[in-house]
Amino acid sequence: MDNQATVYDLLIIGSGPAGLTASIYASRYRLKHLVLGSQLGGAVSWAAEIENYPGFKKISGLELTQKIADHVQSLGAEIENQEVVSLTKNKDFFQIKTANNQIFMAKTVIFASGTQRRKLNIPGEKEYLGKGVSYCTTCDGAFFKEGKVAIIGGSNAAAMGASHLAEFANQVYLIYRKEALRADPIWTQRVQNDPKIKIIYQTNLVEILGDGNKVTGVKLDKVYENQDQLILDGVFIEIGGVPGTDLVGSIGVKLDEKGFIHVEADMRTNIDGIWAAGDVANASGEFQQIITAAAEGALAANSVYKYLSKTKGGVVNEKQH
Amino acid sequence: MIDFNDQNFDQQVIEADLPVLVDFWASWCGPCQAAGPIIDELAKEYQGKIKMGKLNVDESPQSAGKYMVMSIPTVLIFKDGKEIKRQVGFPGKEGYVKILEEILTNG
Repeated sequence: MDNQATVYDLLIIGSGPAGLTASIYASRYRLKHLVLGSQLGGAVSWAAEIENYPGFKKISGLELTQKIADHVQSLGAEIENQEVVSLTKNKDFFQIKTANNQIFMAKTVIFASGTQRRKLNIPGEKEYLGKGVSYCTTCDGAFFKEGKVAIIGGSNAAAMGASHLAEFANQVYLIYRKEALRADPIWTQRVQNDPKIKIIYQTNLVEILGDGNKVTGVKLDKVYENQDQLILDGVFIEIGGVPGTDLVGSIGVKLDEKGFIHVEADMRTNIDGIWAAGDVANASGEFQQIITAAAEGALAANSVYKYLSKTKGGVVNEKQH
Repeated sequence: MIDFNDQNFDQQVIEADLPVLVDFWASWCGPCQAAGPIIDELAKEYQGKIKMGKLNVDESPQSAGKYMVMSIPTVLIFKDGKEIKRQVGFPGKEGYVKILEEILTNG
């Protein structure tokens, strides 16, 4: 494919709600653009049920992802299922290379690559990955029918995960390091009222135990019901994400003290021509929602449009319409 | 792309002449939806070298149980009827290519 000849107005890195929404706006602005992402929907595609996105009382992450992607494609935009491996800048353009060794050139970039799952970094976690340790309740809940599982975390995702696991397992322990869950009250009440779920507060895991083949339990940092161990079949880790910023670090994009991309109100970064949106950026603090990601994607696309209208000789596709 | 299942697993995977990649997946799994099209691409790129197919864990729970697959997507690679490599989670196309190249190089 001869992609080297094409210069896009905009390349969007990431195909979650931020990147996809940016594309919807970019299409309407007639920007010649492309979405590159290795996981359509990003973190959303892992969510069992979403109940706080306007217009949908209840929808699965996969279904919402598909609907947003359909919307993007109906406007003529392309979503390439490709992982970006490098981002550089030459004199005039940004150059993006993918894992398939394709090269794309663009005047501007919206970086919306989301986060990667945070790990506990305790003994047994790596060893028993896929043998009882999981980071995805929707993917793996069904492997623990009538079993005993624990889920670690206190966020909406953790509470939702506990609730989803309780559909399969006989016993679910929700283990959180603080004295109260940080999930929305609607989720907190739901897990508190679920007879299959027991919440263990102010407790951390010290180790994930196994018999060499699979998980057999966990060791806690304090006693719970007279024991510092729980006998389990599975352990789900749902403690948030770390921003994936390796790509932008090399080009000098400024991060905040927690490692998220620092953006201004219009989503611009400190580097001319690069915007950021969604979970990778610090615009919404730690309130990482689908709707905030989508809003940031829209803002970023609007900023790109204004920027291109003023500079770089306008937008490539403007004459088409 | 072949659909492996509990019925044809021995014949298609265990008794195969080539190394075989089995992609364990289910319809409810988001990361599996990301991995699926990549496995399709790789099946074409490695045609004649490595046999590839998918196994739906919902429809074929025995195979998933037998090989202790408790997380999806998981890719297992078999050679001469034995599991020689396991990749849990979606590592991107690069991740899969690395594994396949290693297998072709080291036999």
